[in-house]
Amino acid sequence: MDSALIPQGVKRCSLGKFALFIGIVGAVLLWGVYAMLLCWLKGLNQTNMNDYYGFALWIWADLAVIALGGGAFFTGFLRYIVGKDELKNIINYAVLIGFICYSSALLILAIDIGQPLRGWFIFWHANVHSMLTEVAFCLSCYFAVLSIEYLPLVLENRQLNKVPFFHNLAHNMHEVMAVFAATGAFLSFFHQGSLGGVSGVLFGRPFGFREGAFIWPWTFFLFTWSAAAYGPCFTLMLTRLIEKVTGKRLVGDKCVDLLAKISGWMILTYIIAKIADTLYWAWVTAPEAGFTLMDFYSNNPVYGIWILVLEIVIGGIVPALILVTRKGRKSSFLLVTAVICGVIGVSVNRWVMVLQVMAMPVMPFDTWAMYYPSWQEVATTILPVAYGVILVALSYRYLPVFPQEKELNS
Amino acid sequence: MNKSRGQSQPKKYGMVIDLDKCTGCGSCMVACMAENNVPFKKDETNKRDSITWMKVYRLTNGKPFPDHDICYLPRPCMHCEGHNGHSPCVSVCPATATDYSNETGIVSQIYTRCFGCRYCMAACPYHARYFNWWDPVWPAGMEEMLSPDVSVRMRGIVEKCSFCFHRYQRAMDKAHLEGRRDLEEAEYQTSCTQACPVGAITFGDLNNPEHKVHQLVKPDNAHSGRPQAPNAFRLLERLGTNPKVYYLSDREWVRRAGDNYLKGEGTIGAKH
Ligand code: SF4
Ligand code: SF4
Repeated sequence: MDSALIPQGVKRCSLGKFALFIGIVGAVLLWGVYAMLLCWLKGLNQTNMNDYYGFALWIWADLAVIALGGGAFFTGFLRYIVGKDELKNIINYAVLIGFICYSSALLILAIDIGQPLRGWFIFWHANVHSMLTEVAFCLSCYFAVLSIEYLPLVLENRQLNKVPFFHNLAHNMHEVMAVFAATGAFLSFFHQGSLGGVSGVLFGRPFGFREGAFIWPWTFFLFTWSAAAYGPCFTLMLTRLIEKVTGKRLVGDKCVDLLAKISGWMILTYIIAKIADTLYWAWVTAPEAGFTLMDFYSNNPVYGIWILVLEIVIGGIVPALILVTRKGRKSSFLLVTAVICGVIGVSVNRWVMVLQVMAMPVMPFDTWAMYYPSWQEVATTILPVAYGVILVALSYRYLPVFPQEKELNS
Repeated sequence: MNKSRGQSQPKKYGMVIDLDKCTGCGSCMVACMAENNVPFKKDETNKRDSITWMKVYRLTNGKPFPDHDICYLPRPCMHCEGHNGHSPCVSVCPATATDYSNETGIVSQIYTRCFGCRYCMAACPYHARYFNWWDPVWPAGMEEMLSPDVSVRMRGIVEKCSFCFHRYQRAMDKAHLEGRRDLEEAEYQTSCTQACPVGAITFGDLNNPEHKVHQLVKPDNAHSGRPQAPNAFRLLERLGTNPKVYYLSDREWVRRAGDNYLKGEGTIGAKH
């Protein structure tokens, strides 16, 4: 029925099947929307946050999706600025994932604040010393850039593209995309970094606090580096996932191999820097604040030292070693294992920098502040996932997201 | 600037709390709540979302009887100075809703500008900031008795101890009307200071040698920013928050409970 809208030469499931799928995911989305409305209308008392634990699960999700969405800026940077032409086969998908991640991040921030109608104060009364100000400015600007990058893809829909104006607009936008890719890379550098700075500057919280260069704590640079390193892992993981779901090959081996290789080297260099940072923190920063490393990882039911091992070894060293070797990248099993480990690694990093920072007692007579999210928090955290699935499904069905699909499946 | 005293030092209001005097009665908490229109919740069972600008902690030395000892530690906002006035909370607020006053040394909160991101709460290691999770509830009749000088806060924003800043403003207004630019020590006192039945809390200008707080901690003689008084300490001093609330205790374990001492580290003020 909707075949006129589907890109030429590719096969899609029936509209009925597609509608059923969207309906199921849509129900999850509505559940999230309901929870979101509760938070907006009744307030943040709908969550399990408290005065000891002011950052919810969704703030972790926020930081994680921004890191994982980093595939968009980094792939764009490699494709348009460095000139890795092979990546043209995955750039659309990377931009789509980035667009979803960033719009989700902005939505989550809008739910997170106690006075959503005053959200614009962050721009109006901006405090230039605050990392969050930098995050808000760069995030909004970068979302605008991503929308500009996503727009030509929408305009390339078979029917829309028949309109000469849209056709020309899409064409011209492609021509100048390098400018937007450069702007995006610049903005991303700062907001990924300032997100790292959010906990890195908290000198009252020795678990998150890091020394650094000028106004930037080390976490500023580590966050940017890790987003560039792990973002492509997420893009590759989702590519594999969508290939599994659709039963089709969507991106060629050469492109996957190149992105995986770059990601591997980025992870390797990142994890060396991360280990150096951890050692300095454990030996210098923490003792200066009166802590030993194990103070951060004991006397509580959840945050054991295993979390550091999971982040650095399983989520860092393992994927790096797999992805830098040709053999590792050639084996589909190892490649998938590596990208999953990478996604876990960066998510754990964002988890500890948001939630463990809050949980860790600082006053000697305080105890760990354990918290579990309310269903409203869980639902609003799942909401962007459902939204993302729907947007990917719609884009995959109606837009030329994967330029190689026809050739790989003929 | 406190020119009338011939000084170039700005005022630096602070508090000294004698922990060996404090009995943990909670009068300071009650006085603070009443004075500052701190709202009630319908259900106050979850203490982690009750608003208590002044909070009394109960510390113990952890030893069994007969060596068991306890100490009550009242905790208002520390009005941190941080590095060059960059208190942990002030530097992070994206909307400049909280500010450090160079005139008084007080960290203020602009309720109508706060949009409730809670970054300041994350930054404050003393848990001195409180979020309005609920709409304020006032028991019948109480609406009539609210303190008129203090604005009532709405749901979704952060609030904290202001050292009863409205009292400073009132005192300054009076002084200005009388043609003065300076305050006597007694003219500006916080409500908790007044309410403490055992006189454990002292409030005044730490920079003014005539004020009792100054004499109690003798900051003029301080080396490396630490108070000279051997029994004086500040909470989490080594973090660099530079609090303006000092505690006094002759008990070494209490002074050790004020900061994260590493094994084998000497206690501030301990006799060597
Ligand atoms: S005690 Fe907390 S709220 Fe008060 S000034 Fe210090 S950091 Fe800010
Ligand atoms: S909660 Fe309010 S005061 Fe605190 S950082 Fe956010 S805007 Fe500033």
